[in-house]
Amino acid sequence: MTAGAVSTKPNWTARLRDWISRLVPPGQALPDRQPVYVASWIYLFGVLTLSSLVVVVATGCILAIEGSMWWHVSATGRFVNSLHLWSVELFMAFMVIHLWGKFWMAAWRGKRALTWVTGVLAFLGSIGTAFTGYLSQANFDAQWISTQAKDGLNAVGVGAFFNVLNPAQMLLWHVVLLPGALGVLVLVHIILVRRHGVVPPIEAEEPQS
Amino acid sequence: MTAESTPRRRGRQVTPDSHAFPTKPYDLVKEFVISLLVVALLTVGLAVAFSSPDEKAISLQVWAIKAPNDVVATAVGELAGTTSSAGYGPPYNANGDGQTIGPLNLQNLAGVRTPVNSAEDLVVRPLATVQGDAALTAALKTWGAASADQQNAWASAYADALSKAPNGDPSKVPSGDYGPVPEMGSAFLTLALSGGLEQILSPTGFYSGNETRALLLLSDGAYLEDQARAQSLGGDQWGMMNETGNYPGQPWLWLYTLWYQVPPFSTSDNADAEVWALMMVLTAGLALIPIIPGLRSIPRLIPIHRLIWRNYYADRVTSRPGDDADPS
Repeated sequence: MTAGAVSTKPNWTARLRDWISRLVPPGQALPDRQPVYVASWIYLFGVLTLSSLVVVVATGCILAIEGSMWWHVSATGRFVNSLHLWSVELFMAFMVIHLWGKFWMAAWRGKRALTWVTGVLAFLGSIGTAFTGYLSQANFDAQWISTQAKDGLNAVGVGAFFNVLNPAQMLLWHVVLLPGALGVLVLVHIILVRRHGVVPPIEAEEPQS
Repeated sequence: MTAESTPRRRGRQVTPDSHAFPTKPYDLVKEFVISLLVVALLTVGLAVAFSSPDEKAISLQVWAIKAPNDVVATAVGELAGTTSSAGYGPPYNANGDGQTIGPLNLQNLAGVRTPVNSAEDLVVRPLATVQGDAALTAALKTWGAASADQQNAWASAYADALSKAPNGDPSKVPSGDYGPVPEMGSAFLTLALSGGLEQILSPTGFYSGNETRALLLLSDGAYLEDQARAQSLGGDQWGMMNETGNYPGQPWLWLYTLWYQVPPFSTSDNADAEVWALMMVLTAGLALIPIIPGLRSIPRLIPIHRLIWRNYYADRVTSRPGDDADPS
Protein backbone atom coordinates (compact mmCIF):
# COMPACT_ATOMS: atom_id res chain seq x y z
CA MET A 1 0.00 0.00 0.00
CA THR A 2 1.35 3.40 -0.96
CA ALA A 3 1.19 6.45 1.26
CA GLY A 4 -1.40 8.02 -0.98
CA ALA A 5 -3.77 5.05 -0.67
CA VAL A 6 -4.46 5.31 3.07
CA SER A 7 -8.06 4.36 3.80
CA THR A 8 -10.20 7.02 5.45
CA LYS A 9 -12.66 4.48 6.82
CA PRO A 10 -12.13 4.19 10.62
CA ASN A 11 -11.37 0.71 11.89
CA TRP A 12 -12.97 -0.93 14.94
CA THR A 13 -10.33 0.46 17.29
CA ALA A 14 -10.86 4.02 16.07
CA ARG A 15 -14.62 3.65 16.36
CA LEU A 16 -14.34 2.33 19.92
CA ARG A 17 -11.98 5.16 20.84
CA ASP A 18 -14.37 7.74 19.39
CA TRP A 19 -17.32 6.15 21.18
CA ILE A 20 -15.49 6.23 24.51
CA SER A 21 -14.42 9.83 23.98
CA ARG A 22 -18.04 10.86 23.40
CA LEU A 23 -19.44 9.09 26.47
CA VAL A 24 -18.95 12.15 28.63
CA PRO A 25 -18.82 15.78 27.43
CA PRO A 26 -15.33 17.30 27.43
CA GLY A 27 -14.27 18.29 30.95
CA GLN A 28 -17.22 16.58 32.62
CA ALA A 29 -15.58 13.25 33.52
CA LEU A 30 -14.03 14.82 36.60
CA PRO A 31 -15.24 18.43 36.73
CA ASP A 32 -13.98 20.86 39.36
CA ARG A 33 -17.17 22.90 39.20
CA GLN A 34 -20.82 21.99 39.70
CA PRO A 35 -24.09 23.82 38.99
CA VAL A 36 -25.03 26.27 41.74
CA TYR A 37 -28.08 24.22 42.70
CA VAL A 38 -25.86 21.36 43.92
CA ALA A 39 -26.09 22.51 47.52
CA SER A 40 -27.70 19.98 49.84
CA TRP A 41 -26.57 17.27 52.24
CA ILE A 42 -28.57 14.74 50.22
CA TYR A 43 -25.90 14.87 47.49
CA LEU A 44 -23.39 13.40 49.94
CA PHE A 45 -25.14 10.04 50.01
CA GLY A 46 -24.05 9.18 46.49
CA VAL A 47 -20.39 9.57 47.34
CA LEU A 48 -20.92 7.93 50.75
CA THR A 49 -22.40 4.92 48.96
CA LEU A 50 -19.41 4.75 46.64
CA SER A 51 -16.96 5.16 49.54
CA SER A 52 -18.57 2.39 51.56
CA LEU A 53 -18.51 0.14 48.48
CA VAL A 54 -14.74 0.65 48.39
CA VAL A 55 -14.49 -0.40 52.06
CA VAL A 56 -16.78 -3.40 51.41
CA VAL A 57 -14.62 -4.59 48.50
CA ALA A 58 -11.35 -3.94 50.37
CA THR A 59 -12.41 -5.87 53.48
CA GLY A 60 -13.87 -8.62 51.30
CA CYS A 61 -10.54 -8.92 49.48
CA ILE A 62 -8.71 -9.38 52.80
CA LEU A 63 -11.15 -12.14 53.74
CA ALA A 64 -10.62 -13.72 50.30
CA ILE A 65 -6.83 -13.67 50.72
CA GLU A 66 -7.04 -15.70 53.91
CA GLY A 67 -9.90 -17.98 52.84
CA SER A 68 -13.52 -18.48 53.71
CA MET A 69 -12.97 -20.20 57.08
CA TRP A 70 -10.29 -17.85 58.42
CA TRP A 71 -12.63 -15.56 60.31
CA HIS A 72 -14.05 -18.48 62.32
CA VAL A 73 -10.68 -19.38 63.84
CA SER A 74 -8.78 -16.09 64.04
CA ALA A 75 -9.44 -13.00 66.15
CA THR A 76 -7.97 -10.87 63.38
CA GLY A 77 -10.17 -12.63 60.87
CA ARG A 78 -13.22 -12.03 63.04
CA PHE A 79 -12.36 -8.32 63.17
CA VAL A 80 -12.00 -8.14 59.39
CA ASN A 81 -15.32 -9.94 59.05
CA SER A 82 -16.84 -7.35 61.39
CA LEU A 83 -15.44 -4.59 59.18
CA HIS A 84 -16.97 -6.31 56.17
CA LEU A 85 -20.36 -6.70 57.85
CA TRP A 86 -20.61 -3.13 59.11
CA SER A 87 -19.36 -1.61 55.86
CA VAL A 88 -22.12 -3.56 54.09
CA GLU A 89 -24.71 -2.22 56.55
CA LEU A 90 -23.45 1.33 55.96
CA PHE A 91 -23.32 0.77 52.19
CA MET A 92 -26.92 -0.38 52.05
CA ALA A 93 -28.11 2.40 54.38
CA PHE A 94 -26.37 5.11 52.34
CA MET A 95 -27.64 3.62 49.09
CA VAL A 96 -31.26 3.53 50.27
CA ILE A 97 -31.07 7.19 51.39
CA HIS A 98 -29.42 8.05 48.05
CA LEU A 99 -32.23 6.26 46.21
CA TRP A 100 -34.96 8.05 48.19
CA GLY A 101 -33.20 11.36 47.64
CA LYS A 102 -33.10 10.79 43.91
CA PHE A 103 -36.75 9.77 43.91
CA TRP A 104 -37.87 13.00 45.55
CA MET A 105 -35.66 14.93 43.12
CA ALA A 106 -37.29 13.05 40.21
CA ALA A 107 -33.74 12.52 39.08
CA TRP A 108 -34.81 10.62 35.95
CA ARG A 109 -35.81 13.86 34.23
CA GLY A 110 -33.89 15.21 31.25
CA LYS A 111 -32.98 11.89 29.55
CA ARG A 112 -31.75 10.42 32.82
CA ALA A 113 -34.11 7.40 32.87
CA LEU A 114 -31.25 4.99 32.20
CA THR A 115 -29.31 6.51 35.09
CA TRP A 116 -32.26 5.72 37.36
CA VAL A 117 -32.64 2.19 35.94
CA THR A 118 -28.95 1.36 36.39
CA GLY A 119 -29.18 2.68 39.95
CA VAL A 120 -32.14 0.41 40.71
CA LEU A 121 -30.33 -2.55 39.12
CA ALA A 122 -27.26 -1.77 41.23
CA PHE A 123 -29.50 -1.76 44.31
CA LEU A 124 -30.88 -5.20 43.34
CA GLY A 125 -27.38 -6.47 42.58
CA SER A 126 -26.26 -5.28 46.00
CA ILE A 127 -29.10 -7.16 47.69
CA GLY A 128 -28.12 -10.31 45.81
CA THR A 129 -24.47 -9.91 46.66
CA ALA A 130 -25.20 -9.32 50.34
CA PHE A 131 -27.59 -12.29 50.35
CA THR A 132 -24.98 -14.67 48.95
CA GLY A 133 -22.56 -13.30 51.54
CA TYR A 134 -24.93 -14.36 54.29
CA LEU A 135 -25.15 -17.80 52.65
CA SER A 136 -21.36 -18.07 52.58
CA GLN A 137 -20.82 -17.55 56.30
CA ALA A 138 -20.53 -21.31 57.04
CA ASN A 139 -22.34 -20.96 60.37
CA PHE A 140 -25.80 -21.42 61.86
CA ASP A 141 -27.08 -18.23 60.26
CA ALA A 142 -26.10 -19.48 56.80
CA GLN A 143 -27.71 -22.86 57.50
CA TRP A 144 -31.01 -21.29 58.50
CA ILE A 145 -31.10 -18.62 55.79
CA SER A 146 -30.29 -21.14 53.05
CA THR A 147 -32.88 -23.69 54.15
CA GLN A 148 -35.54 -20.98 54.27
CA ALA A 149 -34.54 -19.11 51.13
CA LYS A 150 -34.55 -22.26 49.00
CA ASP A 151 -38.35 -22.39 49.10
CA GLY A 152 -38.83 -18.95 47.57
CA LEU A 153 -36.21 -19.52 44.89
CA ASN A 154 -37.41 -23.04 44.08
CA ALA A 155 -41.02 -21.85 43.85
CA VAL A 156 -40.18 -19.66 40.84
CA GLY A 157 -37.75 -22.10 39.23
CA VAL A 158 -34.60 -20.15 40.13
CA GLY A 159 -33.47 -22.75 42.66
CA ALA A 160 -32.93 -25.25 39.87
CA PHE A 161 -29.96 -23.20 38.71
CA PHE A 162 -29.04 -21.21 41.82
CA ASN A 163 -28.71 -23.73 44.65
CA VAL A 164 -28.58 -21.88 47.97
CA LEU A 165 -27.84 -25.19 49.75
CA ASN A 166 -24.50 -25.35 47.93
CA PRO A 167 -22.16 -22.96 49.82
CA ALA A 168 -19.34 -23.48 47.32
CA GLN A 169 -21.59 -22.23 44.50
CA MET A 170 -22.87 -19.33 46.62
CA LEU A 171 -19.36 -18.25 47.59
CA LEU A 172 -18.35 -17.97 43.94
CA TRP A 173 -21.47 -15.96 43.15
CA HIS A 174 -20.62 -13.75 46.14
CA VAL A 175 -16.99 -13.05 45.30
CA VAL A 176 -16.92 -13.23 41.48
CA LEU A 177 -20.17 -13.09 39.52
CA LEU A 178 -22.29 -10.65 41.49
CA PRO A 179 -19.51 -8.20 42.44
CA GLY A 180 -18.43 -8.22 38.79
CA ALA A 181 -21.94 -7.42 37.60
CA LEU A 182 -22.34 -4.82 40.36
CA GLY A 183 -19.05 -3.20 39.40
CA VAL A 184 -20.17 -2.87 35.77
CA LEU A 185 -23.54 -1.41 36.84
CA VAL A 186 -21.90 1.12 39.16
CA LEU A 187 -19.44 2.13 36.43
CA VAL A 188 -22.23 2.64 33.88
CA HIS A 189 -24.28 4.52 36.49
CA ILE A 190 -21.41 6.92 37.22
CA ILE A 191 -20.65 7.45 33.53
CA LEU A 192 -24.31 8.31 32.94
CA VAL A 193 -24.27 10.74 35.88
CA ARG A 194 -21.23 12.48 34.44
CA ARG A 195 -22.66 12.36 30.91
CA HIS A 196 -25.88 14.16 31.77
CA GLY A 197 -24.71 16.13 34.79
CA VAL A 198 -26.63 16.63 38.04
CA VAL A 199 -30.36 16.93 37.40
CA PRO A 200 -31.62 20.52 37.68
CA PRO A 201 -34.28 21.39 40.26
CA ILE A 202 -37.90 20.59 39.42
CA GLU A 203 -39.44 23.44 37.43
CA ALA A 204 -36.05 25.07 37.02
CA GLU A 205 -35.80 27.40 34.09
CA GLU A 206 -32.91 27.34 31.67
CA PRO A 207 -30.74 30.36 32.36
CA GLN A 208 -29.95 32.76 29.56
CA SER A 209 -26.27 32.92 28.75
CA MET B 1 -29.62 35.00 36.92
CA THR B 2 -32.16 35.81 34.31
CA ALA B 3 -34.69 33.32 33.19
CA GLU B 4 -36.81 32.70 30.21
CA SER B 5 -39.94 30.64 30.27
CA THR B 6 -39.00 26.96 30.27
CA PRO B 7 -39.93 25.11 27.09
CA ARG B 8 -42.69 22.58 27.33
CA ARG B 9 -43.30 19.41 25.30
CA ARG B 10 -46.87 18.12 25.04
CA GLY B 11 -47.82 20.00 28.18
CA ARG B 12 -44.86 18.63 30.14
CA GLN B 13 -42.02 20.79 31.28
CA VAL B 14 -38.71 20.08 29.55
CA THR B 15 -35.79 19.69 31.94
CA PRO B 16 -33.07 22.16 31.00
CA ASP B 17 -29.50 21.10 30.30
CA SER B 18 -27.55 20.99 33.55
CA HIS B 19 -24.46 22.25 31.76
CA ALA B 20 -26.21 25.52 30.94
CA PHE B 21 -26.48 26.59 34.59
CA PRO B 22 -24.04 28.86 36.41
CA THR B 23 -21.47 26.86 38.34
CA LYS B 24 -19.42 27.10 41.48
CA PRO B 25 -16.16 25.41 42.52
CA TYR B 26 -16.71 21.84 43.70
CA ASP B 27 -13.92 19.42 44.65
CA LEU B 28 -15.23 15.93 43.89
CA VAL B 29 -11.93 14.20 44.68
CA LYS B 30 -11.61 15.91 48.06
CA GLU B 31 -15.22 15.03 48.82
CA PHE B 32 -14.59 11.37 47.97
CA VAL B 33 -11.39 11.16 50.04
CA ILE B 34 -13.05 12.73 53.09
CA SER B 35 -16.09 10.49 52.61
CA LEU B 36 -13.85 7.42 52.37
CA LEU B 37 -12.07 8.37 55.60
CA VAL B 38 -15.36 8.98 57.40
CA VAL B 39 -16.83 5.65 56.26
CA ALA B 40 -13.62 3.78 57.12
CA LEU B 41 -13.54 5.29 60.62
CA LEU B 42 -17.24 4.64 61.12
CA THR B 43 -16.77 1.04 60.02
CA VAL B 44 -13.84 0.51 62.38
CA GLY B 45 -15.82 2.08 65.23
CA LEU B 46 -18.83 -0.16 64.63
CA ALA B 47 -16.63 -3.27 64.25
CA VAL B 48 -14.79 -2.51 67.50
CA ALA B 49 -17.99 -1.73 69.38
CA PHE B 50 -20.23 -4.53 68.10
CA SER B 51 -18.01 -7.16 66.39
CA SER B 52 -20.05 -9.63 64.29
CA PRO B 53 -22.15 -12.69 65.08
CA ASP B 54 -20.79 -16.16 64.43
CA GLU B 55 -22.91 -18.88 65.95
CA LYS B 56 -21.45 -22.25 65.06
CA ALA B 57 -23.14 -24.36 62.43
CA ILE B 58 -25.20 -27.27 63.71
CA SER B 59 -23.38 -30.41 62.68
CA LEU B 60 -25.35 -33.62 62.28
CA GLN B 61 -23.35 -34.97 65.21
CA VAL B 62 -24.42 -32.07 67.43
CA TRP B 63 -27.99 -32.58 66.26
CA ALA B 64 -27.75 -36.26 67.28
CA ILE B 65 -26.32 -35.38 70.69
CA LYS B 66 -28.82 -32.61 71.44
CA ALA B 67 -31.95 -34.12 69.91
CA PRO B 68 -31.47 -37.87 69.31
CA ASN B 69 -35.18 -38.59 69.12
CA ASP B 70 -35.58 -35.94 66.42
CA VAL B 71 -32.82 -37.60 64.38
CA VAL B 72 -34.58 -40.97 64.55
CA ALA B 73 -37.98 -39.45 63.75
CA THR B 74 -36.49 -37.60 60.77
CA ALA B 75 -34.77 -40.71 59.41
CA VAL B 76 -37.98 -42.69 59.73
CA GLY B 77 -39.90 -39.83 58.10
CA GLU B 78 -37.50 -39.97 55.14
CA LEU B 79 -38.14 -43.72 54.81
CA ALA B 80 -41.90 -43.14 55.02
CA GLY B 81 -41.75 -40.30 52.52
CA THR B 82 -43.44 -37.86 54.89
CA THR B 83 -40.68 -35.26 55.32
CA SER B 84 -40.54 -31.93 53.56
CA SER B 85 -37.76 -32.99 51.19
CA ALA B 86 -39.38 -36.36 50.41
CA GLY B 87 -42.49 -34.70 49.00
CA TYR B 88 -40.87 -31.46 47.85
CA GLY B 89 -41.04 -31.64 44.06
CA PRO B 90 -38.60 -29.83 41.76
CA PRO B 91 -35.69 -29.25 41.83
CA TYR B 92 -35.12 -32.26 44.14
CA ASN B 93 -37.67 -34.83 42.95
CA ALA B 94 -41.01 -35.26 41.22
CA ASN B 95 -42.95 -36.06 44.39
CA GLY B 96 -44.60 -32.64 44.79
CA ASP B 97 -46.77 -30.48 42.57
CA GLY B 98 -44.68 -27.32 42.87
CA GLN B 99 -46.04 -23.88 43.65
CA THR B 100 -48.06 -21.94 41.12
CA ILE B 101 -48.67 -18.32 40.18
CA GLY B 102 -52.17 -18.59 38.78
CA PRO B 103 -51.85 -21.16 35.98
CA LEU B 104 -48.06 -20.80 35.80
CA ASN B 105 -45.92 -23.46 37.49
CA LEU B 106 -42.33 -22.23 37.13
CA GLN B 107 -41.12 -24.74 39.71
CA ASN B 108 -42.13 -27.70 37.54
CA LEU B 109 -41.03 -25.92 34.39
CA ALA B 110 -37.46 -25.67 35.70
CA GLY B 111 -37.42 -29.41 36.36
CA VAL B 112 -35.51 -31.73 38.67
CA ARG B 113 -31.93 -30.47 38.43
CA THR B 114 -30.65 -31.42 41.91
CA PRO B 115 -32.02 -34.94 42.27
CA VAL B 116 -32.48 -36.15 45.83
CA ASN B 117 -34.25 -39.37 46.79
CA SER B 118 -34.76 -38.68 50.47
CA ALA B 119 -35.09 -42.29 51.62
CA GLU B 120 -32.23 -43.63 49.53
CA ASP B 121 -29.80 -40.68 49.50
CA LEU B 122 -30.32 -39.39 53.05
CA VAL B 123 -30.80 -42.66 54.99
CA VAL B 124 -30.34 -46.00 53.19
CA ARG B 125 -27.09 -45.26 51.32
CA PRO B 126 -25.38 -43.70 54.35
CA LEU B 127 -26.41 -46.74 56.41
CA ALA B 128 -25.02 -49.05 53.73
CA THR B 129 -21.56 -47.59 54.34
CA VAL B 130 -21.52 -48.87 57.93
CA GLN B 131 -19.26 -51.89 58.36
CA GLY B 132 -19.33 -54.66 60.99
CA ASP B 133 -22.94 -54.31 62.15
CA ALA B 134 -24.63 -57.62 61.38
CA ALA B 135 -28.04 -56.51 62.63
CA LEU B 136 -27.98 -53.45 60.38
CA THR B 137 -26.81 -55.47 57.41
CA ALA B 138 -29.72 -57.86 57.90
CA ALA B 139 -32.14 -54.94 58.33
CA LEU B 140 -30.97 -53.32 55.11
CA LYS B 141 -31.27 -56.64 53.29
CA THR B 142 -34.86 -57.02 54.51
CA TRP B 143 -35.63 -53.43 53.56
CA GLY B 144 -34.16 -53.81 50.10
CA ALA B 145 -36.05 -57.03 49.43
CA ALA B 146 -39.43 -55.59 50.42
CA SER B 147 -41.86 -53.98 48.02
CA ALA B 148 -42.33 -50.23 48.04
CA ASP B 149 -45.76 -50.64 49.62
CA GLN B 150 -44.35 -52.84 52.37
CA GLN B 151 -41.51 -50.39 53.02
CA ASN B 152 -43.98 -47.56 53.28
CA ALA B 153 -46.28 -49.55 55.59
CA TRP B 154 -43.43 -50.37 57.98
CA ALA B 155 -41.99 -46.86 58.01
CA SER B 156 -45.38 -45.15 58.35
CA ALA B 157 -46.42 -47.41 61.20
CA TYR B 158 -43.17 -46.74 63.06
CA ALA B 159 -43.31 -42.99 62.38
CA ASP B 160 -46.85 -42.96 63.77
CA ALA B 161 -45.78 -44.91 66.84
CA LEU B 162 -42.81 -42.59 67.42
CA SER B 163 -45.06 -39.54 67.25
CA LYS B 164 -47.25 -41.04 70.02
CA ALA B 165 -44.38 -42.14 72.26
CA PRO B 166 -43.43 -39.85 75.18
CA ASN B 167 -40.91 -37.31 73.81
CA GLY B 168 -40.74 -39.40 70.64
CA ASP B 169 -38.45 -41.78 72.51
CA PRO B 170 -37.87 -44.94 70.39
CA SER B 171 -37.34 -47.02 73.57
CA LYS B 172 -40.93 -46.27 74.60
CA VAL B 173 -42.56 -47.31 71.36
CA PRO B 174 -44.84 -50.35 71.80
CA SER B 175 -44.05 -53.40 69.73
CA GLY B 176 -45.63 -53.61 66.31
CA ASP B 177 -45.15 -54.56 62.69
CA TYR B 178 -42.35 -52.13 61.86
CA GLY B 179 -40.10 -54.52 59.92
CA PRO B 180 -36.43 -53.42 59.89
CA VAL B 181 -37.24 -49.74 60.40
CA PRO B 182 -36.48 -49.53 64.18
CA GLU B 183 -33.08 -51.11 63.60
CA MET B 184 -32.37 -48.70 60.72
CA GLY B 185 -33.46 -45.72 62.82
CA SER B 186 -31.26 -46.77 65.71
CA ALA B 187 -28.26 -47.39 63.43
CA PHE B 188 -28.81 -44.01 61.77
CA LEU B 189 -28.61 -42.29 65.16
CA THR B 190 -25.39 -44.16 65.94
CA LEU B 191 -23.96 -43.11 62.58
CA ALA B 192 -24.89 -39.47 63.21
CA LEU B 193 -23.36 -39.60 66.69
CA SER B 194 -20.10 -40.88 65.20
CA GLY B 195 -19.67 -37.57 63.36
CA GLY B 196 -19.19 -38.99 59.88
CA LEU B 197 -22.63 -38.49 58.40
CA GLU B 198 -21.94 -35.15 56.66
CA GLN B 199 -19.10 -36.67 54.68
CA ILE B 200 -21.20 -39.67 53.66
CA LEU B 201 -24.04 -37.38 52.51
CA SER B 202 -21.74 -35.44 50.23
CA PRO B 203 -22.56 -36.18 46.57
CA THR B 204 -18.90 -36.14 45.53
CA GLY B 205 -17.06 -37.22 48.66
CA PHE B 206 -14.00 -35.26 49.74
CA TYR B 207 -13.88 -31.56 48.65
CA SER B 208 -17.61 -31.47 48.02
CA GLY B 209 -18.53 -27.99 49.22
CA ASN B 210 -22.11 -28.92 48.33
CA GLU B 211 -24.23 -29.34 51.46
CA THR B 212 -27.59 -29.84 49.74
CA ARG B 213 -28.29 -33.30 51.17
CA ALA B 214 -27.02 -32.54 54.67
CA LEU B 215 -29.05 -29.33 54.84
CA LEU B 216 -32.19 -30.98 53.48
CA LEU B 217 -31.86 -33.70 56.13
CA LEU B 218 -31.22 -31.19 58.91
CA SER B 219 -34.14 -28.99 57.87
CA ASP B 220 -36.44 -32.00 57.65
CA GLY B 221 -36.00 -32.35 61.42
CA ALA B 222 -37.46 -30.06 64.07
CA TYR B 223 -34.22 -29.14 65.85
CA LEU B 224 -32.93 -26.56 63.36
CA GLU B 225 -36.23 -24.69 63.31
CA ASP B 226 -36.51 -24.84 67.10
CA GLN B 227 -33.10 -23.18 67.41
CA ALA B 228 -34.03 -20.55 64.83
CA ARG B 229 -37.39 -19.73 66.37
CA ALA B 230 -35.73 -19.32 69.77
CA GLN B 231 -33.80 -16.46 68.15
CA SER B 232 -36.85 -14.96 66.40
CA LEU B 233 -35.69 -16.16 63.01
CA GLY B 234 -38.89 -17.95 62.00
CA GLY B 235 -40.63 -17.05 58.77
CA ASP B 236 -43.57 -15.60 60.70
CA GLN B 237 -41.18 -13.72 62.99
CA TRP B 238 -39.73 -11.52 60.21
CA GLY B 239 -36.90 -14.04 60.26
CA MET B 240 -35.61 -13.38 56.74
CA MET B 241 -34.37 -9.94 57.70
CA ASN B 242 -33.26 -10.86 61.21
CA GLU B 243 -29.84 -12.02 62.34
CA THR B 244 -28.64 -14.18 65.21
CA GLY B 245 -28.12 -12.11 68.34
CA ASN B 246 -28.93 -8.41 68.35
CA TYR B 247 -27.51 -7.59 64.94
CA PRO B 248 -29.26 -5.73 62.14
CA GLY B 249 -29.19 -8.60 59.61
CA GLN B 250 -30.68 -7.74 56.22
CA PRO B 251 -33.19 -4.93 56.94
CA TRP B 252 -33.35 -4.17 53.21
CA LEU B 253 -35.45 -7.34 52.87
CA TRP B 254 -38.23 -5.80 54.96
CA LEU B 255 -40.74 -5.52 52.13
CA TYR B 256 -40.14 -9.10 50.94
CA THR B 257 -40.53 -10.31 54.53
CA LEU B 258 -43.65 -8.20 55.12
CA TRP B 259 -45.83 -10.10 52.65
CA TYR B 260 -45.30 -13.37 54.51
CA GLN B 261 -46.85 -11.81 57.62
CA VAL B 262 -50.17 -10.77 56.04
CA PRO B 263 -53.05 -12.52 54.25
CA PRO B 264 -53.52 -13.83 51.66
CA PHE B 265 -49.85 -14.79 51.54
CA SER B 266 -49.62 -15.88 55.19
CA THR B 267 -52.28 -18.53 54.57
CA SER B 268 -51.53 -19.48 50.95
CA ASP B 269 -50.02 -22.80 49.84
CA ASN B 270 -48.33 -20.88 47.03
CA ALA B 271 -47.02 -18.06 49.23
CA ASP B 272 -43.40 -18.31 48.09
CA ALA B 273 -44.24 -18.11 44.39
CA GLU B 274 -46.86 -15.40 44.94
CA VAL B 275 -44.58 -13.21 47.07
CA TRP B 276 -41.80 -13.56 44.51
CA ALA B 277 -44.17 -12.63 41.69
CA LEU B 278 -45.41 -9.60 43.62
CA MET B 279 -41.86 -8.48 44.40
CA MET B 280 -40.89 -8.82 40.74
CA VAL B 281 -43.82 -6.61 39.75
CA LEU B 282 -42.93 -4.03 42.43
CA THR B 283 -39.27 -4.12 41.42
CA ALA B 284 -40.15 -3.59 37.77
CA GLY B 285 -42.35 -0.70 38.90
CA LEU B 286 -39.46 0.86 40.81
CA ALA B 287 -37.12 0.56 37.82
CA LEU B 288 -39.71 1.92 35.39
CA ILE B 289 -40.94 4.85 37.50
CA PRO B 290 -39.59 7.32 34.88
CA ILE B 291 -42.17 6.11 32.34
CA ILE B 292 -45.13 5.34 34.62
CA PRO B 293 -47.67 8.20 34.56
CA GLY B 294 -48.78 9.19 38.02
CA LEU B 295 -45.88 7.55 39.84
CA ARG B 296 -43.34 9.74 38.11
CA SER B 297 -45.32 12.83 39.12
CA ILE B 298 -45.26 12.11 42.87
CA PRO B 299 -42.04 14.07 43.51
CA ARG B 300 -43.56 17.06 41.75
CA LEU B 301 -46.80 16.85 43.74
CA ILE B 302 -45.22 16.30 47.16
CA PRO B 303 -42.75 19.18 47.36
CA ILE B 304 -39.90 17.58 49.28
CA HIS B 305 -37.71 18.89 46.46
CA ARG B 306 -38.45 22.37 47.82
CA LEU B 307 -36.38 21.41 50.89
CA ILE B 308 -33.58 19.83 48.88
CA TRP B 309 -33.18 22.82 46.56
CA ARG B 310 -34.42 25.49 48.98
CA ASN B 311 -31.39 27.71 48.31
CA TYR B 312 -31.94 27.56 44.57
CA TYR B 313 -35.63 28.40 44.83
CA ALA B 314 -34.91 31.21 47.30
CA ASP B 315 -32.20 32.64 45.03
CA ARG B 316 -34.46 32.35 42.01
CA VAL B 317 -36.98 34.62 43.68
CA THR B 318 -34.49 37.24 44.81
CA SER B 319 -31.69 37.09 42.24
CA ARG B 320 -31.12 39.54 39.48
CA PRO B 321 -29.00 39.36 36.33
CA GLY B 322 -25.28 38.99 37.03
CA ASP B 323 -25.68 37.88 40.66
CA ASP B 324 -24.54 34.30 40.14
CA ALA B 325 -21.13 32.81 39.81
CA ASP B 326 -19.55 32.80 36.40
CA PRO B 327 -21.04 30.32 33.98
CA SER B 328 -18.65 27.69 32.71
